[in-house]
Amino acid sequence: MGQIGFYINQSICQGCKACSVACKDKNNTEVGINFRRVYTKEEGSFMHQPNGGIVHNVKSYYFSIACNHCEQPACLLSCPTGAITKSDENGVVTIDQEICAGAQLCIKACPYGGPQYNKETFKSNKCNFCMDLQEKGEDPVCVATCPLGAIEFGSIEKLRKKYGDIRQIKGMPSPTITKPNIVITPHRDAKLV
Amino acid sequence: MTKDSHMKNLLANKMQRRTFLKWSGAIGVPVIAGGVGTKLLIDKQKEEKVASASEWDNVVSTCSINNCGGRCVVKAYVKDGVVIRVETDTQESGDPSIPPLRACVRGRNYRNVLYHPDRLKYPMKRVGKRGDGKFERISWEEAVETIASEVKRIGDKYGPESRYDNYASGQSWGLHGGSTAVRKLLSITGGFLNFRNDYSSGAGNVATPYTYGTNNSGSSFDSLLHSKYIILWGQNPSEMIFSTPYREYLMQAKRNGAKIIVIDPRYTDTAITYADEWIPILPTTDNAMMDAMGYIIITEKLHDQAFLDKYCIGFDGSHMPKGVVKEESLKSYLLGEQDGVAKTPEWAEKICGVPAEKIREIARNYATIKPAALIQGWAAQRQAYGEQFMRGGAQLACLTGNVGKLGGWAAGTGYWSRSNIVYPISYENPVKASIPCFLWTKAVEQGTEMTAADGLQGTDKLSTNIKLIFNMAGNMLINQHADINKTKQLLEDERKVEFIVVSDLFMTPSAKYADILLPGTTFFERYDIGVPWCFGDYVIFGDKTIDPLFECRNEYDVFAEIADKLGVKEQFTEGRTILDLVKESVERTRKELDPTFPTYEEFREKGVHHFKFDEPLVGFKAQIDDLENNPFETPSGKIELFSKTLWDMNQHEEIPAIAKYISSWEGPEDPLIEKFPLQLISWHYKRRCHSTYDNMPWLEEAAKQEMWLNPKDAEKRGIKDGDRVQVFNERGSLYIDVKVTPRITPGVAGIPQGAWYTPDEAGIDQRGSVNVLTSQRPTPLAKSNPQLTNLVEVKKA
Ligand code: SF4
Ligand code: SF4
Ligand code: SF4
Repeated sequence: MGQIGFYINQSICQGCKACSVACKDKNNTEVGINFRRVYTKEEGSFMHQPNGGIVHNVKSYYFSIACNHCEQPACLLSCPTGAITKSDENGVVTIDQEICAGAQLCIKACPYGGPQYNKETFKSNKCNFCMDLQEKGEDPVCVATCPLGAIEFGSIEKLRKKYGDIRQIKGMPSPTITKPNIVITPHRDAKLV
Repeated sequence: MTKDSHMKNLLANKMQRRTFLKWSGAIGVPVIAGGVGTKLLIDKQKEEKVASASEWDNVVSTCSINNCGGRCVVKAYVKDGVVIRVETDTQESGDPSIPPLRACVRGRNYRNVLYHPDRLKYPMKRVGKRGDGKFERISWEEAVETIASEVKRIGDKYGPESRYDNYASGQSWGLHGGSTAVRKLLSITGGFLNFRNDYSSGAGNVATPYTYGTNNSGSSFDSLLHSKYIILWGQNPSEMIFSTPYREYLMQAKRNGAKIIVIDPRYTDTAITYADEWIPILPTTDNAMMDAMGYIIITEKLHDQAFLDKYCIGFDGSHMPKGVVKEESLKSYLLGEQDGVAKTPEWAEKICGVPAEKIREIARNYATIKPAALIQGWAAQRQAYGEQFMRGGAQLACLTGNVGKLGGWAAGTGYWSRSNIVYPISYENPVKASIPCFLWTKAVEQGTEMTAADGLQGTDKLSTNIKLIFNMAGNMLINQHADINKTKQLLEDERKVEFIVVSDLFMTPSAKYADILLPGTTFFERYDIGVPWCFGDYVIFGDKTIDPLFECRNEYDVFAEIADKLGVKEQFTEGRTILDLVKESVERTRKELDPTFPTYEEFREKGVHHFKFDEPLVGFKAQIDDLENNPFETPSGKIELFSKTLWDMNQHEEIPAIAKYISSWEGPEDPLIEKFPLQLISWHYKRRCHSTYDNMPWLEEAAKQEMWLNPKDAEKRGIKDGDRVQVFNERGSLYIDVKVTPRITPGVAGIPQGAWYTPDEAGIDQRGSVNVLTSQRPTPLAKSNPQLTNLVEVKKA
């Protein structure tokens, strides 16, 4: 089937975090471990006019991200035990929980915060693209969750054809580092200029 | 820059383990004698967590009935009798008349609600002072016996008006909540004191009908696909889920090219997602901006004179009701002909903080880009003069002729409804006396002194104060009612309310005030039908997923037993179980309302039923198309911009006949602002439904309880992001962490409502429960809750 990836329609993301909590429900991750995360950016300031009027230039957006199952997965390259593999079939990057020794180098290496360290099991884990559900014909949980349908998945080639080639928004690391398999329609305030 | 700092830069991540743990340690663990269930449950939960989420036996489609405006499909994946994960609606028909009903973040956490180790597990009776939260396990038999005898004793001693079922909304949108059970039982044993209205849109519910004759001033949300300009005034459907499909339609409206403006003291999630522009405004001053918009629309001749002439009373001097001088017209007020104050944008800017030029621009756009929808949220009517806000929006809709037109919007309270099912439990309360729900504490303290001026109806005088309170799946007893410290004192005095029964899932702040505390069930543990607020063309089947855990029981079954003790079981149940009620609702809906409604089996199989309509419902279309045959339900049969009924009440300062700005107590013009310089508002937080789910760790992680403060106000007080602060006024004081953010207007502080009141030894709340700071002073006309009208000061803790 070739490399799969996520499409995030950030322009309509309302920051509800349903995707993130649904992912926790599926993966039973404790507080502090989030295979999918929703980040907030808020900036701007206010000025009072002489007559009391308030003017502002406030900008804000949310951004939902999990693991990008990258072409050049920095996590994989950093792992000393070989616990991280990338599937030949669909490019999904997974951490084998049997092998992971908890070195946490992947956590430092990944620029997106993908791998998450579990202090109880002393292992790192991350989004596996819900392959166990996909094999049963279900969509990944986050995709099936978003109330606005802001998350899609599929062949990255097709997604890029459909939605373009944006892989980076304001504040996000350069896609040249890991070549992430993500396509984004940025929020109006998140476009790189 | 390293790649790490790149991401950290953007991702000023709010998911902080530290702060969450700090909070969970602060919540008092209730003292329960003989607490055996907890360990079992925790073991069970651990066990269940080992189970793989991708192995299941069956999927059960059910529905939560808490008090959000939406209603969504919850699919429980069950393995060996244990819910292992939840999913939601997966249908993607693309047909806009059957929108997907996907759960929000609250719904994705339901498994944790069901298996939370703090679930109440068996009935208990109070053993310490009332409110101390000390309880002892009792048998169901004892609980039933005690309640039955107290219901009788208090009824006999004080009369039925002493018995009260408090406003509660934890299980309000199904067929058989605890409140329904209580009311039926009390009705057949002599009756109870009624309440009217609600805490959500209380001022609006009373005010809007003076303009339109009804609260059904809304249109179905698919009508917005035809709007070209949308103003969301204090409405935040992204977080508070006004209606599950609403956001979908709003997004489609945006895609269709509608320009969307959000007017709100906060840059809400709704503003982030939908708004072309955010207009910050000071709380309680909305009507100043509305007045100025009206002024511009009139003076620039952008108003729809033909509409006003034909459909409205009171716009100008030639359309006044008999006996009222023409100087009292809306136009005359806006031009300042009587008071000498023209309601110019410059006049409004000083009050509300919206620049005059911006007010002009929005007024012009609203009057000229047609059709336009001015949709009002209810936050701004939970204010001292909330009635004005609701009628003020309707006034603008009329000035611009946007009423009764596809893609327009009549504003006002904005209910709409065109589909229904049969509710099989009915009762008739022999007591006709009713109070406004917000004044229940007054009816405890001084019920017998209440008069029509307090909103007492159905009687001239109550024969007794409230002596018995049922509080079923609600937190209004302490947490959600205004002025917690005052309410606490009242309830602690056992001579006043003599007996309190609470049913709930958890030891909430209200539950701590129970004399008898009953462990209720979650929706997973019972049959039901979930109905959205009156903004949705669908109903959802609530299938029973698992048997009740522990000794938890459905209120209906419990009250059937209490009825049995009182010798009225047959009258109470009419021979029906809960499942019978659900089946009866379906059968009778098919027979009495809608023959195309599915059978019980079909409904259960599909999990959801959409009522199909060919076109959007447009509020007041019938009246606008043919006024003669379809008059408005007002005294004049027209839209009453000027209400003669209000005029005749003769309290023109606080209850004006036209909507207008009234300078608010504890608003920005109140001299008290010298002492308490910040206006405090609250909002419906995305991770709670009112106070429900406050104790859920994943949701606290997703959206922490914290106060929003503008950088300007924070800096003045030496407060930094994440600092713990004390917030106080003359009514109370609380501690809370601060989020310093430009997403809130300078001069305004915002605390998400619904956090569970958690006092320390000195009685100061540790959790940020906003109602320690709110006031019980009711709005003038509706006697409703002004809980977003507060002045406070903040200092570093
Ligand atoms: S996003 Fe991070 S964890 Fe995922 S593949 Fe890329 S480098 Fe690895
Ligand atoms: S694909 Fe599955 S594991 Fe990955 S973020 Fe989505 S829900 Fe979580
Ligand atoms: S569920 Fe959708 S809208 Fe909500 S935070 Fe995730 S991506 Fe954004």
